[in-house]
Amino acid sequence: MEKDFEIVDHTADVGIIAYGADISQAFANTARALFSLITELDDVAEILHRDIELIAPDQESLLVEWLNELICLFDTENIVFKRFDITKLNNSQLKARSYGEKIDSSKHRLKTGVKAATYHMLKVDKGDGCKVQVLFDI
Amino acid sequence: MPAPWQEILNKIDDYRWEIPQSYKKGMVVPGLIFTSESMLNHIWEEQVFQQVANVAFLPGIVNYSLAMSDIHWGYGFPIGGVAATRVRDGVVSPGGVGFDINCGVRLLRTNLTEEEVRPKIEQLIADLYVSVPSGLGSTGKLRVSEKELDKVLVKGSQWAVEKSYGEAEDIVVTEESGCIKEANPDKVSNKAKKRGIPQLGTLGSGNHFLEIEVVDEIYDQEAATAMGIGAVGQVLVLIHTGSRGFGHQVCTDYVALLGEAVKKYGISLPDRQLACAPVQSPEGQDYLAAMACAANYAWTNRQCITHWTRESFIKILGKSLRELGLEQIYDVAHNIAKIEEYTIAGKKLTLCVHRKGATRAFPAGHPDVPHIYQNIGQPVLIPGDMGRCSYVALGTEIAMKESFGSTCHGAGRVQSRSAAKRSLRGTDVAKALVAKGITVKAGSMSSLAEEASEAYKDVTEVVDITHKAGISHKVIRAIPMGVIKG
Repeated sequence: MEKDFEIVDHTADVGIIAYGADISQAFANTARALFSLITELDDVAEILHRDIELIAPDQESLLVEWLNELICLFDTENIVFKRFDITKLNNSQLKARSYGEKIDSSKHRLKTGVKAATYHMLKVDKGDGCKVQVLFDI
Repeated sequence: MPAPWQEILNKIDDYRWEIPQSYKKGMVVPGLIFTSESMLNHIWEEQVFQQVANVAFLPGIVNYSLAMSDIHWGYGFPIGGVAATRVRDGVVSPGGVGFDINCGVRLLRTNLTEEEVRPKIEQLIADLYVSVPSGLGSTGKLRVSEKELDKVLVKGSQWAVEKSYGEAEDIVVTEESGCIKEANPDKVSNKAKKRGIPQLGTLGSGNHFLEIEVVDEIYDQEAATAMGIGAVGQVLVLIHTGSRGFGHQVCTDYVALLGEAVKKYGISLPDRQLACAPVQSPEGQDYLAAMACAANYAWTNRQCITHWTRESFIKILGKSLRELGLEQIYDVAHNIAKIEEYTIAGKKLTLCVHRKGATRAFPAGHPDVPHIYQNIGQPVLIPGDMGRCSYVALGTEIAMKESFGSTCHGAGRVQSRSAAKRSLRGTDVAKALVAKGITVKAGSMSSLAEEASEAYKDVTEVVDITHKAGISHKVIRAIPMGVIKG
């Protein structure tokens, strides 16, 4: 796969499409896309990590809830993440460890604030290589 | 090739366009867009008609799924969408309010003229930029405990005034007196409270701003006078912000929760972001109690920012608050769900009115309009983009009859944020604003490019449609002198 994710135009908000050899990788790339909207990933070091465990009724909900957990961590702990290890992912459960660091205004240029991941236009496609699409409220 | 809208919409008159119920199977009512032919040519490529049609699926929706003239593509609901559902047997949808619950606008008047403020504008904007925390990741000057936050959530603006952030008169001219009484902090997650505590008293980022502006046209002098606006050249202050991360988390929590309620109550929806529950159900009541907390948080937020704005004016202009006459004209929510009474086909109905990027527009004589505006109607505050202008209008009887007491809320985007950034550079946008005599301080240059005039519809056209359709009545226009952006 050449690219991990791409940004999709939307009038008011921002959509992303993320790719992966498997669904875990596609989920990880969606999170990378999220933080690439917030700051430059190249400027983020892997200094700390946070573990997230989620249970949701289906995989689409898992994706939205996972991204919203990360947005919440950004807001409450001021952490920007760049690498995501998804250790468990099925239709109802997700376990992941996310690596990043606290925001440092001397090295991180903050770009766009993301309010939440939405269900609008949400797609989880597990066909030939995995592809997921999410729209964020900006 | 004709634009797709020509095959979809029925023209009712120059400013009313119907999406017939037959457009999409499952619509309970038709759609109605307040717009004009020239405006439709801007929005034809968007998925907005689908979104208006999707909202028409909501159980208990009355009359029409409505969209105001600033309509554009959102998530779930279109931005500019209004939907009224019966409280008795209809639903409430967090997506019909949005993530930024009680995002809204507050307008202050002054006794100052442009000539008095112009020489001090750089200093004023610089001081406001320090005293009003803004930008992504910014935290407020207020340090509240979780227990104190609960008081904010219950009391709204009143909390701020008790803590000496503002005047009792401010509350009188705030929608809902700055407090929805049904708020219950027990219905709010700890996560939302954790996000809310550090962000109380912050402007935020994105399209939020604080603007010093000057009146440049008056259309209705009598109404303007009632608002304390005497003449062209008078300086006003406009504050646009909402409930910050607190509201975002409340919406996030309840979209997930009501996603399950949809299954429980057997509701069928074309878009999961429209997740909803019967207004009378425990889930629906819990959402409304949590939403009220977020609404009260937002009013407190705008109240505190008002106080710091007054402090900056006192400091930089060396005058007392009384001399400055820095009084509040009004404060309106434009992302909210409210329980309101309407007479539909001769019958009195209690409705849950969702306004997703739409402003309440109650007429003269309505009991919820403050005493001082009883003869003219509720002030409607409509900000444009930072390079053009903003408007003050009034609510009307036609709005009560046709749009559930609602009108437009702003200019409405035409260009995506990334497209704006591709075609414009923040530094060029800043230069263009300076050339127009507008002083700007922004947290980031890219956010400046995203919010450039070119990314928006012309607010004048948007407001003229609502004026000509009769759902709000134009009073004044103001142009910006100085802007703070997150």
